[in-house]
Amino acid sequence: MTPAPSSSPLPLLVFEDVAKSFTLHLRGGAVLPVIAGATLAVHPGECVVLGGASGAGKSSLLKMAYGNYRCAAGAIRVRDGDRSVDLATAAPREILGLRRTTLAYVSQFLRVIPRVGARAVVEAAGIEGGLAPAAARTRAADLLARLNLPKRLWALPPATFSGGEQQRVNIARGLIADRPILLMDEPTASLDAQNRAVVVDLIAEKRAAGTAILGIFHDADVRQAVATRIVDVSAFHGALAA
Amino acid sequence: MNPPNPAVARATVTVSAGAGYNFAYLDEGTKRMIRRAILKAIAIPGYQVPFAAREMPMPYGWGTGGVQVTAAILGAADVLKVIDQGADDTTNAVSIRRFFTATAGIATTTRTAEATVIQTRHRIPEAPLAEGQVLVYQVPIPEPLRFLEPRETETRQLHALAEYGLMHVKLYEDIARHGHIATTYAYPVEVAGRYVMDPSPTPKFDNPKMDDCPALQLFGAGREKRIYAIPPYTRVRSLDFEDHPFRVQRFDRPCALCGAEDVYLDEVVLDDAGGRMFVCSDTDHCETRLGETRLAETRLADGHTGEAA
Amino acid sequence: MEPLLSVAGLTKRYGGRLACDGIGFTLDPGEVLAVVGESGSGKSTLLSLIAGEVAADAGSVAYRMRDGATRDLDTLSLVERRALMRTDWGFVRQDATQGLRMAVSAGGNVGERLMGVGDRHYGRIRATALDWLARVEIAADRIDDPPTRFSGGMRQRLQIARNLVTAPRLVLMDEPTSGLDVSVQARLLDMIRGLVAELGLAVIIVTHDLAVARLLSHRVLVMRAGRVIETGLTDQVLDDPQAAYTQLLVSSVLAA
Repeated sequence: MTPAPSSSPLPLLVFEDVAKSFTLHLRGGAVLPVIAGATLAVHPGECVVLGGASGAGKSSLLKMAYGNYRCAAGAIRVRDGDRSVDLATAAPREILGLRRTTLAYVSQFLRVIPRVGARAVVEAAGIEGGLAPAAARTRAADLLARLNLPKRLWALPPATFSGGEQQRVNIARGLIADRPILLMDEPTASLDAQNRAVVVDLIAEKRAAGTAILGIFHDADVRQAVATRIVDVSAFHGALAA
Repeated sequence: MNPPNPAVARATVTVSAGAGYNFAYLDEGTKRMIRRAILKAIAIPGYQVPFAAREMPMPYGWGTGGVQVTAAILGAADVLKVIDQGADDTTNAVSIRRFFTATAGIATTTRTAEATVIQTRHRIPEAPLAEGQVLVYQVPIPEPLRFLEPRETETRQLHALAEYGLMHVKLYEDIARHGHIATTYAYPVEVAGRYVMDPSPTPKFDNPKMDDCPALQLFGAGREKRIYAIPPYTRVRSLDFEDHPFRVQRFDRPCALCGAEDVYLDEVVLDDAGGRMFVCSDTDHCETRLGETRLAETRLADGHTGEAA
Repeated sequence: MEPLLSVAGLTKRYGGRLACDGIGFTLDPGEVLAVVGESGSGKSTLLSLIAGEVAADAGSVAYRMRDGATRDLDTLSLVERRALMRTDWGFVRQDATQGLRMAVSAGGNVGERLMGVGDRHYGRIRATALDWLARVEIAADRIDDPPTRFSGGMRQRLQIARNLVTAPRLVLMDEPTSGLDVSVQARLLDMIRGLVAELGLAVIIVTHDLAVARLLSHRVLVMRAGRVIETGLTDQVLDDPQAAYTQLLVSSVLAA
């Protein structure tokens, strides 16, 4: 495991007693509890890895941190410059604003946009994240090269790519902009050893730049290489029994 | 425009021209209704006034709208001229002239200058019109926006709000297709800076004659039941684009008969071999000029004879 | 920031049936709102009410005009309202024959709004039309063809060009991609997405297709029987639907 940064300024992302459950109206209103009492803080330069068995609610926590899932209870505070925004109560426009400036998310799969070439997909994400067009262009090329995406594929839409190729485009897209908080959901699942190593390097660089990272990494080697701390999500099930 | 004596008008049977018709065929109530529409049309230049058009003893397309307007304005002292495509001697012109001779017993003429009322299909006479004259147009389709916007409710609104962008779409289409505004007749005009109007299927050659014209111009559409008007001395502007300004067609030759230039010419096919000539479409204009020429020649000839004697 | 459009309490009754029941929302500049629901949910009626094509029984629609003043659309004169509709608003219809002049060339269709606001220079109008046709990927040599000779996808793209030529700030779209082949849909959606982002358009898009809502919209309004059932961030509503009806809607489509 990587050592945690020595200094410990204000955390960028804080979970306060967060709960999540799903009410399944189509199954007679059955309530499926997932998480309760989740409390956790991620500081700049940290890479907190969520652990625990499959179905323990790791993905749900990550999605709540991105505003993709709602919270049943508690608060998720995101530091945005001088202020702190609670995702649990933030208006949709506020969440969208945070996604543009503060929150980056790398999912397991690339949601393919038709007709847009791989490099353009990455570039567009950079511009949306505040990079100048020229910088976005250079950085997109740099990232795709580092992730060993064959140059002949750059101009092609990723729809026809293999799973691993698509995922590398997805990672490049998630990492191109400099957002303070980075959420990663199994980004390396479909990658080979060589590219996993590249992702580990990229994460280390983000950390060095002060990014607060919260992620799920199934692969034990990658987890060991990137995590500054591992939080077992099963601990957040205690309250469920109560 | 000398309306008959009101006392006569009130009578159920008005004797005129000995044919058993009311004066100018229409009953007095109908004529009053049409006159009201005409007055309204004059008050709102270029605006299409609906009126209760009557069935006339001639088919639609033969000028039933124009005939009703003429019938409503004719007085016993009027002198009527009727032209069809500029000619006084076509079937249509002759029938309408006979119709009013029979039903109103009025005088007719082929001379533009002598007429007080001129009913026309598709032309404006070449000779300048004067104050006191009335030009009555036969109109098949009064709505200039019709071909682009078939909904009557919508075209009325477009007129009401003076939204005439659509009219330029039509001209745009012309230029796109032909490289220039190829509309050569029924060329849309803006009347008194307000309403856009279809000048009936007159050639655009005649459009400038409508502008600032001393005569009153009335338009009657029988099938469509609309009357509109251009009062004397009204500004009539042909629509165009800055880079494709309105231009009338020019003929590269004079009339083969009278030698007139700057007049509208008809092409006349002479034989099966494709022989053709171009002559004045306005027969009266042509004949008047020929008459003057002949007169001049005669005078010249007389002079010579006198000298020899 | 003051919203571009504020809709409050919009209600429309057809006989005993409530087509729209007290609908309210605001829309910011550059924001894309999807209105989703099944046929008969009232989503198309809502669009007609906002556009003023159907008179509401109750409620109001306020719009921040180009001069910065927010006006209740009911207080606009007919002239002002129509001028607004053909300059600062656009309306892309499901049925292209309702949104285009089918007898007029593609260039004329795009140029109409320009001529409507007083442009009287043929060369300039045509150059602008050519530029817009290129932006919606219609070849320059089709400029003089009428839309009757266009495919369904081209007709929709032409509608978009025709609406965007006056740089509107708000565009209403009623099922713009329905009835098109899947590949044609994808191309059209991508084009709309690009133009919306590039021009910073505010859009209200009515669709029954949740994938369309996901691809294009920031926020979503789920409607059923004239009521708003659920509203929020598009991905949140689609991935973590709260209302029973939304869950049903989401679960009845494949991979939205």
